[in-house]
Amino acid sequence: MQAFLDISNIDMVFPTPKGDFTALKSVDLKIKQGEFISLIGHSGCGKSTVLNVVAGLYQASMGGVILDGKEVNEPGPERAVVFQNHSLLPWLTAYENVELAVKQVFAGKMSKAEMAEWIEHNLRLVHMEHAMHKRPDEISGGMKQRVGIARALSMQPQVLLMDEPFGALDALTRAHMQDSLMEIQDELNNTVIMITHDVDEAVLLSDRIVMMTNGPAATIGEILEVNLERPRNRLALAEDREYNHLRSAVLTFLYEKQRKVEPIKAKDKSRVALSNAS
Amino acid sequence: MISVIRQLTQDGEERFCFALVLALFQNFLKALLLPGLGIVGFLLLWSMAASSINTSLGAFPGPKAVAEQLQNLYLEHQQEREKEAAFYQRQEERNAKRLAQDPNYSAKIRPYTGKETFLDQIATSLITVMSGFLLAVLVAIPLGIAIGLSEKLNTAVNPVIQIFRPVSPLAWLPLVTMVVSAVYVSSDPMFAKSFIVSLVTVTLCCLWPMVINTSVGVASLNKDWVNVSKVLRLPAFSHVRKIVIPASIPAIFTGMRLSLGIAWMVLIAAEMLAQNPGLGKFVWDEFQNGSSQSLSRIMTAVLVIGVIGFLLDRSMLQLQRALSWDKSTELR
Repeated sequence: MQAFLDISNIDMVFPTPKGDFTALKSVDLKIKQGEFISLIGHSGCGKSTVLNVVAGLYQASMGGVILDGKEVNEPGPERAVVFQNHSLLPWLTAYENVELAVKQVFAGKMSKAEMAEWIEHNLRLVHMEHAMHKRPDEISGGMKQRVGIARALSMQPQVLLMDEPFGALDALTRAHMQDSLMEIQDELNNTVIMITHDVDEAVLLSDRIVMMTNGPAATIGEILEVNLERPRNRLALAEDREYNHLRSAVLTFLYEKQRKVEPIKAKDKSRVALSNAS
Repeated sequence: MISVIRQLTQDGEERFCFALVLALFQNFLKALLLPGLGIVGFLLLWSMAASSINTSLGAFPGPKAVAEQLQNLYLEHQQEREKEAAFYQRQEERNAKRLAQDPNYSAKIRPYTGKETFLDQIATSLITVMSGFLLAVLVAIPLGIAIGLSEKLNTAVNPVIQIFRPVSPLAWLPLVTMVVSAVYVSSDPMFAKSFIVSLVTVTLCCLWPMVINTSVGVASLNKDWVNVSKVLRLPAFSHVRKIVIPASIPAIFTGMRLSLGIAWMVLIAAEMLAQNPGLGKFVWDEFQNGSSQSLSRIMTAVLVIGVIGFLLDRSMLQLQRALSWDKSTELR
């Protein structure tokens, strides 16, 4: 069967004043419909670059991305992005932020009443119906991120791209958001690519964890299948042998195989590359 | 208030009460007492300095002389208005009389041509400054947005802006006067030429801060918001209307406040030099008049110009507070 989303052998080279910098080398990944993929790796390894290429915000230097039989070459609402720092428009309320997306995506396809219902439906999905007429500066970080997710979901994307969606949140809020996301995922069964730094988050949420090697010329190091039964419960899993095994597999990859020694004067990228040799 | 405090004290909430009184006192200190002290201090220094400066037109006016003149100027204004009313009444009676004698007589109505009073000059200046400023807004904001959006346009236009920005209004004035005289020719002009000259000078000088601030605001647009717009595939026009303009509102307002301040300063200078009606002309006329009251009248005008400039800035600030989404930056 053909993959739903095919990230096909992409290279990413950025021109810099000191010559070309190869961020990604031969990143190749096939994703099934409804699959939840986590991208994990040390910072600076090019996870966000992969996501931006899939989103169409960057153009790959070599290779390409095929979504449902069509090549991706520009950004579009069928590949909605949840940005790391929510990126809500501060002059609009939560409702209006979602409305901007819905009006753009469903213009001519929905009546005004249907749009209003759809906007509210998406805000209910992320449990934001009580504060939907508040502006971003009046709500907490977790709530902003919820609205960001509602905005992305409201575009009815074929793929949902999330760039460290919970990275800026405190641990308790993050756990709460992960539970919400699992709940939404149960209901909608979206195809998701999520970037994360958090090993527990990756194991808890994903069907597959894609572990990336350190840059430059980063690529996919290992792929870990997570066959834990859904719905998953974080408390029950804490004692689960399979869960802990997966967790330690990811940790081993990150802290032994791809151990990253940050040089104190982290200017010279070649030194980082040397420490990856293992 | 005190009884309330005592009541609370009896309830054993002394500490709360103390904090409350302290907070009230601090607010009072901040809002009234300190500015009041500043003004009183200034008045003292002023009257001391004034009494020791002697000019060929008498002693330099102190606060008292200015207060007197303020009253005089207002009385003169009222007298002028009464004269005007009387003039029109006489004219009407005269016309009615002639019409009664000769039914075919077509009455001529002549406008009153008395001297403009201080208050009339204030009104003229305010109308001119607002018109010139609004014209500048209409030009500067679209231009600023275009420059902010296009790196290339910015590179092309920036040198021109940087050269014209520091030009004094007084240098523009002769050119503007000649051009307006040459271009604005009409047998029945809607606006006086002097008004157009002042307006164009004001516009030319207060254009730049708005252009520069708007373009900087647009150019430094948050990259995430641009990405949101790209993911949504907003068409160019919607992108500008829904993302770029709202995002640059704070920067646009900063430019507008700077510009309005400049517009007011420029206008007074232009009116003085060109003898165009307005507060500047009032100052110049009094200077040429050289009576014993002149200096105190000029000093009055100086203070009024200052107060109006302050009020213009405050109204702009209130407008910004009402319209800008960015409540996080402290506005002062």
